[in-house]
Amino acid sequence: MKNNPFIVEKITKVITESEDSKTFVLPGKLNSKPGQFVMLWLPGAGEKPISLSGETEDGFSVTVCAVGPFSKAVNKLTSGDKLGFCGPFGTHFKLPKDAKAICLVGGGYGSAPLAYLAEVAIDQGVKVFFIEGARSKTRLLFTKRMREAGAEVLTCTDDGSEGPKCYSPDVLKTVLETHKIDKVFTCGPEIMMKKVIELAEAHKIPSEVSMERHMKCGIGLCGQCAVDDLGICLCQEGPIISGKLALSLKEFGEYSRDSTGKKIKG
Amino acid sequence: MLSTILAGVKLQNPTVLASGIRGVTGSSLVYMAKQGAGALTTKSISLKERKGHPTPVMATYEQGIINAVGLSNPGAEEALPEIEYAVAKSQVPVITSIFASTITEFGKVAEIVAKANPAAIEVNISCPNVEDEFGRPFACDPGISTVVIQKIKKVTSLPVFAKLTPNVNNIGEIAMAAEKGGADGITAINTAGPGMIIDIESATPVLSNKVGGISGPAIKPLAVRCVYDIHKATKLPIIGTGGVNSGRDAVEMIMAGASAVGLGSAVYYRGPDVFKQVSSEIEEFMLKEGYKSIEEMRGVAHEK
Repeated sequence: MKNNPFIVEKITKVITESEDSKTFVLPGKLNSKPGQFVMLWLPGAGEKPISLSGETEDGFSVTVCAVGPFSKAVNKLTSGDKLGFCGPFGTHFKLPKDAKAICLVGGGYGSAPLAYLAEVAIDQGVKVFFIEGARSKTRLLFTKRMREAGAEVLTCTDDGSEGPKCYSPDVLKTVLETHKIDKVFTCGPEIMMKKVIELAEAHKIPSEVSMERHMKCGIGLCGQCAVDDLGICLCQEGPIISGKLALSLKEFGEYSRDSTGKKIKG
Repeated sequence: MLSTILAGVKLQNPTVLASGIRGVTGSSLVYMAKQGAGALTTKSISLKERKGHPTPVMATYEQGIINAVGLSNPGAEEALPEIEYAVAKSQVPVITSIFASTITEFGKVAEIVAKANPAAIEVNISCPNVEDEFGRPFACDPGISTVVIQKIKKVTSLPVFAKLTPNVNNIGEIAMAAEKGGADGITAINTAGPGMIIDIESATPVLSNKVGGISGPAIKPLAVRCVYDIHKATKLPIIGTGGVNSGRDAVEMIMAGASAVGLGSAVYYRGPDVFKQVSSEIEEFMLKEGYKSIEEMRGVAHEK
């Protein structure tokens, strides 16, 4: 929590994950856990909270999808370029004791923290179903990495270019009906996560979600990421929260707030 | 034992959530009340919405925090339901902080937020992070401070607190000017500086705004001195703010002349329940030293 201000390191490796996403490896030991995030700082371009997509002895990684000015600037970086960070911050995914099989459901770049979780779980001998949905084949992330790690990868795309033409909750439904799953973990658009939790609840399976809100400070002061009606800050008591808690939040899947604090749909 | 009265507003304990800390939404404010805050201050609200500065807007260093959030807020009309929510559900007094770039606008914002019926209005005439039409905070000029408060007192009967900057030669004079304008109390101090932190690996100022207000333990002696000077100059109640992190810090502020203490950066150092922690530490000190009320401790350092 006190790892502020920023540490600036040279990027040691860049991996192209999809047509618009890259993974950046930075040196250093964070002792992070899957689901936690760092505040990533590119001097001159800004600062954003980004979930960790892995940590090994070689360093830690973040996977950045080029969507806005900041992430586009980051995605132009190459090995040897400098990138700042502080953290890790926030709560993490928790594997149940004696878990035998878990199911991870990712949508879009939400797969990043799940890939990290998958590797940790497989390391502990847990069977991992990795469901990933994306708009099209070229936007799927980590499928090779997950297969190599030993996960059972199930993909689906909106356009049918890889896997069935459906959404990831549809795939989850089949998995839950055919396998005994101890816990479901999800990260992606809230509408998708809501469906995932409801499916898990229907099967009486616990779930955890990664819930994102506009964050400015990352250290529990600015209050920008407070959620209704509980008033908790997701940089402190999130981003990983139980599915039950997410469903109890009035704004989950309904609205969020912009940088002014004004409510915005979705 | 811990109760205190600020311009007719009764607080169960003297800890006040400082403006700009977890005060964006109604439910966030209610959450802080549950953490033991004796009163809550909203984030500063202006007439029109403001996005604030680009990130990074905050950075910690060894002895404090610097920030330049840039007074982001959704605008007075949009903020109204959030204040109303906090007023209805928090069960503690809610102080609405307001900000404007002209005197007329101050009146308009005060008129709008008063509709939520907060316990008081805090007038932020001292934010170091935005340029106003005078090129410096209103609270650097006694004459303008008087006029701003007068304007607000004309549109509302709510108690008005003036939030002052330490960046003046004579803060007592500014407090008297605010009193002359009709202020019912003073909040002191706003962040000091501004300061700057440069990251040497990238040779770049860390904050996007380059400079930011300094808070936290680094500014406590400055804040205590300012509160002392204000108490010497006027008998208005003071919310002593700046680097208060413990019950002992709070007592120091009260002995300098504060009736209540603002907590901001302390939420980072000790977690949101810092309000409960500080309250029980104040109580512990009072029992040990034989003080029976906050009022009894108030300003005692002036007698020495």
